Amino acid sequence: MITVDNLVKSFPSRSGAVRALDGVTLEVQAGAVCGVVGPSGSGKSTLARCIALLERPDSGAIRVDGTDLVTLDGNRLRAARRQIGVVPQGDSLLRQRTAAGNVALPLETAGVDGPTRRRRVGELLDLVGLIDKAASYPDQLSGGQRQRIAVARALAANPSVLLADEPTSALDPETTGSVLTVLDRARAELGVTVVVVTHDMAVVRRICDDVALLDGGRIVENGRLLDLVSDVDSRTANALLPALDQTDGIAANHDRVADVVLVGFAAVGALLPEASNRFGVDLAVLGGGLTRLGETPVARFRLGLTGERADSALEWISEAGALVRRAQKGPQGVAA
Amino acid sequence: MRPTTPWSDVFDLLHPALGQTLYMVGVATLFATVLGIPLGVLLHVTAPDGLRPVPVLHRILGTVVDFGRSLPFIVLIVLLQQVVTRPLIGTSIGPTAAIVPLAIGAVPFLGRLVQSALREVDATVVEAAVTTGATRARIVRSVLLGESAPALVSAVGVTAVTLVGFSAMAGVVGGEGLGDLAIRYGYQRYDDRVLWSTVLVLGALAMLIQLLFDVSSRLIDRRRRVTA
Repeated sequence: MITVDNLVKSFPSRSGAVRALDGVTLEVQAGAVCGVVGPSGSGKSTLARCIALLERPDSGAIRVDGTDLVTLDGNRLRAARRQIGVVPQGDSLLRQRTAAGNVALPLETAGVDGPTRRRRVGELLDLVGLIDKAASYPDQLSGGQRQRIAVARALAANPSVLLADEPTSALDPETTGSVLTVLDRARAELGVTVVVVTHDMAVVRRICDDVALLDGGRIVENGRLLDLVSDVDSRTANALLPALDQTDGIAANHDRVADVVLVGFAAVGALLPEASNRFGVDLAVLGGGLTRLGETPVARFRLGLTGERADSALEWISEAGALVRRAQKGPQGVAA
Repeated sequence: MRPTTPWSDVFDLLHPALGQTLYMVGVATLFATVLGIPLGVLLHVTAPDGLRPVPVLHRILGTVVDFGRSLPFIVLIVLLQQVVTRPLIGTSIGPTAAIVPLAIGAVPFLGRLVQSALREVDATVVEAAVTTGATRARIVRSVLLGESAPALVSAVGVTAVTLVGFSAMAGVVGGEGLGDLAIRYGYQRYDDRVLWSTVLVLGALAMLIQLLFDVSSRLIDRRRRVTA
């Protein structure tokens, strides 16, 4: 488990000090994957560098399993760094060392003896699915493969926390998947707590349990993905869910227009057809779509409802657990 | 009439001179490497944005290095004669004595080359090593020196070729060698045959050294080479 407590970090600039982090508080449970998202300039990178113990905050604490790491120096700082495996932003592998040699670096640092080191490197390369590339040099690997080696290296010293700073920013969507799979495996097989700093919502959808939205150096939203998507006003939810197209023209043809968010197999699969049958209402999908948060199917639709009992149908859908919001521009007062 | 050394004797002149040059340049390069690489590392890590910033030491080292590099080699020979060469070697005359100013003259030169080679190592790579909890010593060894090894080999090669040039002045203190031969026969005796033969051998030697280091540098480099 990692706790970030009221972290403040300023940088000097010509127009006075700039507060990159303005009291960031965040808690990630052991074995969870937390995504930190936010617009550029929101403080994501600074937060990542602080958690990586590369930057020392002005105040606040970073606790891994209860111990504050930000005030440490010398050998104790180096020992603390071993508790937090880091996948840095950008290409970070030693280009003059093989994949295996790169993964071995933290083990050499930790003073692990040769035979143990080789065995461990083998296990890690196996975990990231690159055991056949052990003897390859970084320049012989693809971007996705290099990033998976970086993950293996970050995991080598058995850290309790894995920090990945924009791990997929340089990758195409296909290779992104392979890197995310590796991060997910790290959590599942090693029980490591994962913090992913990213601007890519696809990363959050795919592997995160929790998400924190950073803006202006503060966490403005934070919670479990599945909880956040049920919050009508959540910016994060809006970014995570399928986009609703503007459908004013078509909306006029329906008695009611409403946005619904459906979570889970049962809701996504059965709720709308059943509402239609039960109330004799025609449902048309005007916008939105289906996505997945981890393994959970989640949908957001803009629906056009036509029929006498449209309001009752919406009420029923809402009672069945879906989030319903009337669209502002729907025709009003048509049905009784 | 200009005396021209017969071809049969030219070889007898060139052979020992080449040996002396190789001896002076070889040993001086060795010592320059042993001292120059640590100096370059020190220059790099003590920089304000280095691994272990010591701005004062950095500035002092930088000044000393630039001062050393600005000294004409011939002046350095004279300068070191009494203070360093004689106490160290026991004499200030001969090829072995010439090695002292050669090595010392090459240290700041190589130091700067090493420093700029280390600067080329990507900061992301260094930081990645920092996050593994590596000590500074290990980062210097495994990351800075390891990653810049091909550039370091090239830097030593450039130094060795430069030392071939410097060694021409070793004749002043009886160092002999090829450069000295060229001056004595070519300049003082107008013997063009010996002059041109010596120049040819010197040129070939410089090219050979350069080639040797280039090939070694390329052999140990694991990065993909760009082919345009």
